[in-house]
Amino acid sequence: MIEARGLSKRYGTKLAVNNLSFDIRPGTVTGFLGPNGAGKTTTMRLILGLDTPDTGTVTIDGQRYADMAYPMRSVGALLDAKAVHGGRSAYNHLLCLAQTNGIGRKRVDEVIGLVGLADVAKKRSKGFSLGMGQRLGIAATLLGDPAVLMYDEPVNGLDPEGILWIRNLMKALAAEGRTVFVSSHLMSEMEHTADYLIVIGRGQLLADCSMQEFIERSSGQSVRVRTPQAEDLGRALTTAGGRVTPDGYEVLSVQNMTAEQIGDIAFESRIRLHELAVVRASLETAFMELTGDSVEYHAAVPAAMVGGA
Amino acid sequence: MAAVTASGPAAVRGRAGLGGVIRSELTKLKSVRSTWWTLLVLVLLSIGFSALICAVIKANWHTMSASDKATFDATSTSLGGIGFLGPLVIAVLGALVITSEYSTGMIRTSLTVMPRRSVMFAAKGVVFGLVTLVLALVLSFLSFFIGQALLGDHSATLSHQGTMRAIVGTAIYVTLCGLLAYGIGVILRHTAGTITLVVGILFVLPIIINLFPSSWHNAIVRWLPTSAGDAISTTVGTNDHMFSAWGEMAVLGVYVVIVLIAGATLFRTRDA
Repeated sequence: MIEARGLSKRYGTKLAVNNLSFDIRPGTVTGFLGPNGAGKTTTMRLILGLDTPDTGTVTIDGQRYADMAYPMRSVGALLDAKAVHGGRSAYNHLLCLAQTNGIGRKRVDEVIGLVGLADVAKKRSKGFSLGMGQRLGIAATLLGDPAVLMYDEPVNGLDPEGILWIRNLMKALAAEGRTVFVSSHLMSEMEHTADYLIVIGRGQLLADCSMQEFIERSSGQSVRVRTPQAEDLGRALTTAGGRVTPDGYEVLSVQNMTAEQIGDIAFESRIRLHELAVVRASLETAFMELTGDSVEYHAAVPAAMVGGA
Repeated sequence: MAAVTASGPAAVRGRAGLGGVIRSELTKLKSVRSTWWTLLVLVLLSIGFSALICAVIKANWHTMSASDKATFDATSTSLGGIGFLGPLVIAVLGALVITSEYSTGMIRTSLTVMPRRSVMFAAKGVVFGLVTLVLALVLSFLSFFIGQALLGDHSATLSHQGTMRAIVGTAIYVTLCGLLAYGIGVILRHTAGTITLVVGILFVLPIIINLFPSSWHNAIVRWLPTSAGDAISTTVGTNDHMFSAWGEMAVLGVYVVIVLIAGATLFRTRDA
């Protein structure tokens, strides 16, 4: 359980994190979302004490991170997989980290096997691919078999196989009752991994709820109806209060109405339906809607492109 | 817990502290090539330089003036390599111990697994300091014996007045210079900047002071960090403008302590 209370951090004139409070609970994967520059990494650095907050406190299982008896045995954190000395072998890198917390060589061998780096353990990490580097970083977080795990953008730059591996690992870690806190700006990836969400923008908390709640809250939810009598149905639904937009041949997209309501109206109007499906808004849609105003660096679409070039 | 993460590490009691971090720092030091290259250069330079000087002096003894012969310091001559070039090489290693962590980003990983920064700072200093001291002692004695063997008739022995002090003291001097570089490295967090500053202090500053009028030079020279190296290795004659051998060492010691305290304070309070 990670508890943040009123965290703020300013770098020069930029308020990176502004009065953030949240709880990260065990047993689920909590996604940490926000546009670039929203303060995700800063928040994680504050949790780990790499940076000192200007105001506020953050504790892990009731303790400040720096006060923990064996930090690695309580928390495994990977903020930047490239933050290693490339001249050191994977094995020695993990060994020097393990030794700080009284973790032995046997465990180092074990985690090297777990992440599948056994063949390159004696090689200097400078020559590692992005995926291998990420596995090395994850191996370090597992050394102490901790109850709390934190990952900052763990799937950045990974191939599909690497992404799948990390996704499954995180779910498995959470299923064992651990606290898993993972940041990302890849919405489709988060949608597959996280059960719970903390969303921030410009350093402030925008949402703190379950994935399902977050998506349902968005206005993007709609029902897709396919019918040979699209015009008739459209009229009937509009009369009943639905917002109907044509969505291709014989297909309507209906908002403001449930699938049940639409089915009943069609039945009463003796209209044949060939398809009736709830289309959940994607996390991406919901996220865009929520963070639209808090994006740090807006990229304008060049006018020429809008004009159709 | 475990399952996904296999059997998990062996259980422990107490608290992660200095012992483990010292082992960790030793692993770090041993496991990068730059350490071995630097130490190899140190061995070659200190032994080679001493042997060269001693051999040259032996060969040219007959051309030296009577006064030069009278004030010839066999001990200090044989320690010239380790005492003069040693600090330069060791300063590079002392800087790299900390600045390479900043240049690679490793420091963030290190401080994530060991958030108690004073422990990390102390462990690095202790490991680097002890490794340097042991190696410098070995090299000091080796330089002395090789140098004396080459000097033949003009050599000193360990029982001569001040010889042991010069040999052991030179090793301590080299270690203190290394710790000075470590402390400056912690403060600057930048390899090139640290090495430049340390070279400035150890090699350029004495040259600049030498260019001053002698009254100025004589007043200042005892406060130079490098005077400790000169004073401690000298076994023939005395320098009226310097404190005693250990007095000069104390001056350098104070500088090192000040730099280390400043470094420790910044290391503990700065964002990593």
